[in-house]
Amino acid sequence: MIGLEISHVSYSYGSFKALDDVSFSVEPGRFCALLGPNGAGKSTLFALLTRLIATGEGHISVAGFDIARDPRAALARIGVVFQQPTLDLDMTVRRNLRYFAGLHGLSGRQAASAIEAALTQLGMAERADEQVRALNGGHRRRMEIARALIHGPQILLLDEPTVGLDAASRQAITDHVHVLAESGLAVLWATHLVDEIRPTDQVVVLHRGKVLSNSSAEDLAGGQGLAKAFLSMTAEGREVPV
Amino acid sequence: MKAWLIALSAIVTRENLRFVRQRGRFLAALVRPLVWLIVFAAGFRAALGVSIIPPYQTYITYEVYILPGLCGMIQLFNGMQSSLSLVYDQEMGSMRLLLTSPLPRWWLLFSKLLAGVIVSILQVAVFLAIAALTGITVPPIGYVAVLPALVISGLMLGALGLLVSSTVRQLENFAGVMNFVIFPMFFLSSALYPLWKMAESSPLLRDICALNPFTYAVELIRFALYGELNLTALAWVSVCFVLFMLAALWGYDPARAMLRSKA
Repeated sequence: MIGLEISHVSYSYGSFKALDDVSFSVEPGRFCALLGPNGAGKSTLFALLTRLIATGEGHISVAGFDIARDPRAALARIGVVFQQPTLDLDMTVRRNLRYFAGLHGLSGRQAASAIEAALTQLGMAERADEQVRALNGGHRRRMEIARALIHGPQILLLDEPTVGLDAASRQAITDHVHVLAESGLAVLWATHLVDEIRPTDQVVVLHRGKVLSNSSAEDLAGGQGLAKAFLSMTAEGREVPV
Repeated sequence: MKAWLIALSAIVTRENLRFVRQRGRFLAALVRPLVWLIVFAAGFRAALGVSIIPPYQTYITYEVYILPGLCGMIQLFNGMQSSLSLVYDQEMGSMRLLLTSPLPRWWLLFSKLLAGVIVSILQVAVFLAIAALTGITVPPIGYVAVLPALVISGLMLGALGLLVSSTVRQLENFAGVMNFVIFPMFFLSSALYPLWKMAESSPLLRDICALNPFTYAVELIRFALYGELNLTALAWVSVCFVLFMLAALWGYDPARAMLRSKA
């Protein structure tokens, strides 16, 4: 499998089980929404996918590379946008991107053309020499997405990338990332907002560390609307299947 | 290998640009040792006589004696500060970004340490220049010979900072590190007084000073400033660097930092 494959992954913080036997996969060209309320385990899963933390339980395969056995090959194929902004505000957009390109071993002309291409893709080319501090929240996020594309990843991970943005910026970013998925990337988009999901998107519902459902948004909604279906699945007091 | 060097250069460039932009940090890093050199040393000059000990060829003033110790102090503060910021919240975001690089984690952390060392060398260079303007100088060769000494002592102190901040949970802020790490290391060393002077008042304290890695960092810098190599100091500092770095890598746990940032 070229995309992302997660099989039987569990992770605990001490006695608290943050992820419990999580399995699903995302194929290239698919936009997969990882839908879950706060505390569902989304950020923990992202930490595992980016090798920030490691688990002995289960397997994660990125573009065919096992992240435990071959972490460097796996990381080289992942682009990440974290929930928390990770920008140097006092530096220009280009300088920020050049730093990231360097972390992936790109320099000189190779880095410059990759940066230019990524910024153009996200409609940010004309802002390359502005200081990040001068950008609004939406543009900063777009810049972070552009940054995640510089090294030509096959998998794009976004952890609640629209947090704190206004409706127009959210819409623009969601649209941009759907276009990226259509161009062949496997996209995993963590969110708790159902309006960011399109009917044909894949939706994995994560709740209290378990996968409750893995289907298309259309199928999950089942005629009653995605929001209602999601709320009824994750309502307080509802038992999580064991 | 090329990718490794590109990443190192990217990390070093970023740290230096950040440092140059943070004028407050730059000034604080300079004012601290200058106050010691100009105010403290002036007061203590009369109280403390320093006899002829290597590497000095003649009687020296107290300001001259504490100059290497203050270079070490700059590196000590810088090492602790950058390692703390590397582990704790304000850098958590950029640390996560750093660790998404496909290069080995140890190399990324080492590059971060080296970047901090280069920042500390810039601080020391400005400090030595100001000291020279006030008439406190060393032989010209010393200004060059001290560079490699500052690299290795800076690495050792940065690795110690990383070890302390990643393993000792109680030291969650800079005040804690000042009280329990920086001050004891600084005062229980040869930075402010030669060890024979310390032995006169307490042989036990002298022995503690003689075990303190910071003493050897200071002595390495002191001898280098006079164009000499103190092999014992070099060996101590190198061994301590390797030990601290290995222990820090072993103790560094991003999951803990992640939990802390969630709290």
